[in-house]
Amino acid sequence: MRRAALIAVPYAWLLALFLVPFAIVFKMSLSDIAIAIPPYTPTLKDGLAEMIRAFDFENYVFLTEDDLYWKAYLSSLKIAAIATVLTLLVGYPMAYGMARAPEEWRPTLMMLVILPFWTSFLIRVYAWIGILSTEGFLNQFLLWTGLISAPLTILNTAAAVYIGIVYTYLPFMILPIYAALDRMDGSLIEAAEDLGCSRLSAFWLVTFPLSRGGVIAGCLLVFIPALGEFVIPSLLGGSGTLMIGKVLFEEFFNNRDWPVASAVAVILLLILIIPIVLFQLNQQKQAEADR
Amino acid sequence: MTRLSRFNVVSLTLGFAFLYIPMLILVIYSFNASKLVTVWAGFSTKWYGELLRNEQFLDAAWVTLRVAVISSTIATVLGTMAAYVLVRGGRFFGRTLFSGMIYAPLVMPEVITGLSLLLLFIGIGLDRGVLTIVLAHTTFSMCYVSVVVSSRLMSFDRSLEEAALDLGASPFDAFRLVTLPIIAPAVISGWLLAFTLSLDDLVIASFASGPSATTLPMKIWSSVRLGVSPEINALSSILIGLVTVGVISASLASKHASLRRQQETQAAARTT
Repeated sequence: MRRAALIAVPYAWLLALFLVPFAIVFKMSLSDIAIAIPPYTPTLKDGLAEMIRAFDFENYVFLTEDDLYWKAYLSSLKIAAIATVLTLLVGYPMAYGMARAPEEWRPTLMMLVILPFWTSFLIRVYAWIGILSTEGFLNQFLLWTGLISAPLTILNTAAAVYIGIVYTYLPFMILPIYAALDRMDGSLIEAAEDLGCSRLSAFWLVTFPLSRGGVIAGCLLVFIPALGEFVIPSLLGGSGTLMIGKVLFEEFFNNRDWPVASAVAVILLLILIIPIVLFQLNQQKQAEADR
Repeated sequence: MTRLSRFNVVSLTLGFAFLYIPMLILVIYSFNASKLVTVWAGFSTKWYGELLRNEQFLDAAWVTLRVAVISSTIATVLGTMAAYVLVRGGRFFGRTLFSGMIYAPLVMPEVITGLSLLLLFIGIGLDRGVLTIVLAHTTFSMCYVSVVVSSRLMSFDRSLEEAALDLGASPFDAFRLVTLPIIAPAVISGWLLAFTLSLDDLVIASFASGPSATTLPMKIWSSVRLGVSPEINALSSILIGLVTVGVISASLASKHASLRRQQETQAAARTT
């Protein structure tokens, strides 16, 4: 009896506030827009058969016809992919350095990586506005060193979005890679070097392949949230950097076209299924390797 | 592997500089006397004063704090139950769906979670305000709590619970007297995580809230869209300060606890 209650309470909560809302989004994506509040034709009251007859894929057809949407999907995929590679390039050397640091430093280094994660996401993105703007700190610094003679435009470009993503998601990249490197047996490197491997080739032939699980986990942990990112492109990107999270938000709040916004959401989720499944498979493989 | 090469030192230094300089600039310039945020005009704490007199910010902070405390507490209870069911519950009808619903919100884009909850609240005619933000935050943060707690549940020795049951404890007593004290650190960190996620959330709160309730991130958002302001710098510095103190004291406390446990184990080993 108690066991049933223990299962039922969280189960019912998630059904009501996760699964049902999602079913509503799916239903909404098949409805028609109406000039009303709420702005769609409510189809549930008129009976199920009527409702299903009224369903059509016209919102999805609309998405393929208007190039704003597929351009936004493609540009989100591109931005998320490039940002993931950049985060890996910054994060891997840091995780590697942490794994080689003296034992007694490691908890402190770990804490330094985790601390920004607990700090408000919004504030960390906001901090970059003052740095990257035309009269911002970066331009002041570069002008002072004489490297440039006129201020650069970085804010409101794709470059600012990349910096924002790398900065905010860096801990997600470092932690799994560090965990993988930390588990590694140091004597393997010594063996490789004893057998005549140079340090660089020992890294490529031994260390990097052994940290691959961590690299894959880190990349997906950055790529998946970056794809639907809304705050970073809105604050740091300009009108030229299209990202689907921003399009969805604006479609919903500014254009008030709820059925189209729902269709945008359903397709975004379909795109995300692939990296999410890859992530699950990678985690399972890691767990089996540990056993 | 404790040979730091020059490459390691450089990459760690640059990496941590990249992580910390932006926040440092924010804190330093919150003490700037000038309204122009990027020009230094002398030390002043006036923006902190302005902030404390700004009723809108104080109201928003109060709403945020209430939402965070309530939602993280409910989320901790529900998340711990969910973790216990998943790890110890054995098979039951719809278990796959249940674990799917626990993991899916972790990877769901915030805009989709927010949109779907808003459509639900409108569909059932619930007035949007503090209550709906609490419901929304509880839903996604209980999943994080459940992941944290279930990893702890998986790693501890089940025979302790079985011993308690064999010695005549009811399942509830066994949970209360044996399981709960062992998983307590994970439950506490789950609560802290849920609390922080709730304090931090902008996107889901924007969807779930109505005109009657504005959270601090929503307030920050609407003023940040107009550009950098010294008041926001002051507010950010306060939040950064609180988080730093919190994280450092939590890690010192856990270090202290693990040292004490070590000493106790050694003492116990000596006496036997």
